[in-house]
Amino acid sequence: MSVSAEPQKLTKKALTADHPTWCPGCGDFAVLASFYKVLEKLQFPHEKICTIAGIGCSSRFPYFVNGHGVHFIHGRALPLASGISLSRPDLHVFAFGGDGDGYSIGGNHLDHAARKNINLTYVVMDNFVYGLTKKQTSPTSPEGFKSKTDPTGAIDRPINPMEKLVNGGASFVARTHAAQVKHMMQMFERAILHPGFSVVEVLSECVVFYPGAFDDGNPRKGGEFNIIDEEAHDPTSKNAAYQLASQQYPGKFGVFFQKERPTKNDLEQKWIDSSCEKTGGASARELLEGKFSAMS
Amino acid sequence: MSASATLAPSGNSDVIDLQDAVIRFAGNSQDGIQTIGGLLAKLAGRSSREVVTYMTIPSTISGGPSIFQVHLGSGEVLSPGDESDFLLAFYQHSYENHIGSLKKGGVCIYDSDHVDNPNLDNKDVVHVGIPITSTTVEAMGGSARDRGKNIFVLGLVAALFNLNKEKLVELLNRQFGRKSEDILRNAMMAFDTGYAYPIGDVLHVGYNLKKGPDDRGDRITTDGNTALTLGLLAGGVRYGAGYPITPWSPVMEMLRTELPKYGGLFVQCEDELAAVSMALGFAYSGHVSITGSSGPGLSLKMEALSYATMAELPIIVVNVQRGGPSTGLPTSVEQSDLMQAIYGSHGDCPRVVLAPKNVEDCYYIGRKACEIAKEYSCPVFILSDQAISSRIEAFHAPDLSDVTEPVLDLSPRPESFKPYPIDGNTRHAPPGSPMLGGKYPVVTGLEHDEWGHPSSSPELHAKMNARRRDKIKAFADTIDIPEIYGDNEGDVLLVGWGSTWGPIREATKRLREHHDSKVGCMHLQYVNPMPNGLDDVFGQYKHILCVEMNDEGLYGYGQLATLLRGRYANPSIKSICKTDGLTFKVSEIIDGVRSYAVAS
Repeated sequence: MSVSAEPQKLTKKALTADHPTWCPGCGDFAVLASFYKVLEKLQFPHEKICTIAGIGCSSRFPYFVNGHGVHFIHGRALPLASGISLSRPDLHVFAFGGDGDGYSIGGNHLDHAARKNINLTYVVMDNFVYGLTKKQTSPTSPEGFKSKTDPTGAIDRPINPMEKLVNGGASFVARTHAAQVKHMMQMFERAILHPGFSVVEVLSECVVFYPGAFDDGNPRKGGEFNIIDEEAHDPTSKNAAYQLASQQYPGKFGVFFQKERPTKNDLEQKWIDSSCEKTGGASARELLEGKFSAMS
Repeated sequence: MSASATLAPSGNSDVIDLQDAVIRFAGNSQDGIQTIGGLLAKLAGRSSREVVTYMTIPSTISGGPSIFQVHLGSGEVLSPGDESDFLLAFYQHSYENHIGSLKKGGVCIYDSDHVDNPNLDNKDVVHVGIPITSTTVEAMGGSARDRGKNIFVLGLVAALFNLNKEKLVELLNRQFGRKSEDILRNAMMAFDTGYAYPIGDVLHVGYNLKKGPDDRGDRITTDGNTALTLGLLAGGVRYGAGYPITPWSPVMEMLRTELPKYGGLFVQCEDELAAVSMALGFAYSGHVSITGSSGPGLSLKMEALSYATMAELPIIVVNVQRGGPSTGLPTSVEQSDLMQAIYGSHGDCPRVVLAPKNVEDCYYIGRKACEIAKEYSCPVFILSDQAISSRIEAFHAPDLSDVTEPVLDLSPRPESFKPYPIDGNTRHAPPGSPMLGGKYPVVTGLEHDEWGHPSSSPELHAKMNARRRDKIKAFADTIDIPEIYGDNEGDVLLVGWGSTWGPIREATKRLREHHDSKVGCMHLQYVNPMPNGLDDVFGQYKHILCVEMNDEGLYGYGQLATLLRGRYANPSIKSICKTDGLTFKVSEIIDGVRSYAVAS
């Protein structure tokens, strides 16, 4: 083929795909816009960007990013994204999803992706409600929240995402608010530049089924956006992160925890390298011949 | 051919020539009887003899009764043998449970240290009591441990059958030499003591197992799980993910160890859902990838496999079947997941299902699965089972001159690129491929058009359903009708799939030898899609009997029979089914055939 791919500057325009199907006013628009801007700043090769999502309103994300992507099944975005990250170190892998996808049906995968410290960035657009299925209780719905499955108010204690993430072993855990675009962009950039499993929890309002849910964290709505004082907080301390996570809603925003440790990607690659070295870089044919002759 | 009529001692010290022999070792699972069986099988492979083994294992963590049966022969050995010629019983319970498996005139060698009540009045079999445990302990220097009695027995068997001692010693060296010098020395001591044991004083005869005509050099001996894994590696599988479950685990353990040498990776996941999802992540990334499990695990994977059909991702799915439903019989054999493999996911999911017929075939089916997955970009199931996974057979090493070295194609895709062309096979642009038109593909589980854009147009859905169906039908056009063994027309055609190949063929052979009726048999390695034209074959017989290890179901037909009746509406298609957790005995198939032949 005579045509070749000339590296071009990555622009917001090049990254923009279909117009989102989200409801007007949805917090996810700001998340998408911030993601474009951060990618524009970081200038990764266009073809190396890969966005993955499961099922939910926010999980439509990959359709709205013009880049390689997968719209997968409910709750399993992380194991799929892990497969991509582990087998393709050349790619920048981003997973997106909501509270139902990430903390409920996919809750177990979140713990294990965190534990294994898989090199990818995961953004949770948490709206405290199931929106796509039209207002059922979610794992982060506060007690007393009235939904179609809890008509008299939610009775189950909600998950504390920050505690779950720190406890799970994520090596970068941050929290932000979709109405605070500048802060959100900072969090995204730091998460993306962190080597390992990085998660940003974004409070992203569902204006249809839980309007006003995050006003308390939004100064424009009379709330308070309390940023973590980085001089006073030790992000490498799990205890300090738990203390932040235990604060009364709307709580603190910023990097709760960040501590580098070897990624599964690195550790597996080490094993691959040493295995290949031991065999002297033998071809598949030579390896198989060896196996068969040992069985004779 | 049975040799048992001539097994009994004649009074003099004779050497009796044997065409074949079935030896059953019965003990507990921690006694290492698998080691004896495995070594005998290896020896057979290296001495131009055929071998098929059979084992049962308890599903307990350690201990519990267990058997290992070795069928050695110089002719065609197709099954592990219905009844045994020789029984080696380590305990009273082994003796009691397995003495009935001996043929009339068979020889029972028992450990007189542990078998307290042999029925010496039973003159149908020859009893030989040997203090196996105490002799082993004494040989090993009087320590109280009885480990090594399996190797003592191996020595005993080697002397009894006049097996090639040098080759066995070499195999022992290979087996134990890499562990430690102490272990090797003890094994050799136990072996020599067994070999020198004066068994002739009690039995008065020795046996000579004839060599086979096959002198094309040494063959390899291995089990089905190993052969399958090697086939997958040869076919170009470099990435996979799984979750432990019996009897699938050995495949994933071997892939985990082997793949890094090939620059690849196998990941143990937190659950079956993660495993299949990660494998799909590998597939999306541009690799031929594999996941696998056994019964219950497959149920968990089914949602993601429906996605694999919709997104048209190449993935190989291994099911080493075991007894179900639910946890069922985790260490027994069954073929009850055929319908699940074909129809187990929600929505219309046409997919390829292959079934290896013997251990050697596990290798070739593994390779073939990779080719199909790549060519048709779809999920390909391999239905193995517990019996074939663990049994050992001898066969010639495959030609390795054309093993696949996979290449990741990240070439720039032209503006005209369509992953799902309406008139062609799916070709994905893996992430990392520049898209010259500037538009990047999103792979989705939503119904989509040729470019992969979601669309809920009913017309398009019908069209794309047809497209996914037609590519599997196109594959069906490439499959040959399997060869018929036996009569090409006549009374009965036995139809099987999977690990029952040997017993079905043996049953056909015996029925024809007895001139019972005109009988042929056919074995399907491609169970979905099936080859076209089977109706022409079926038309040549009065009865089409499907031999399967699954239940006859509500309407009286096993799973393959139900599929064939559905396709051909041929009332002559009937079933010989069973679900006792054991492989088919040849005699069970013969009885089944006779019941239909008599009924007609």
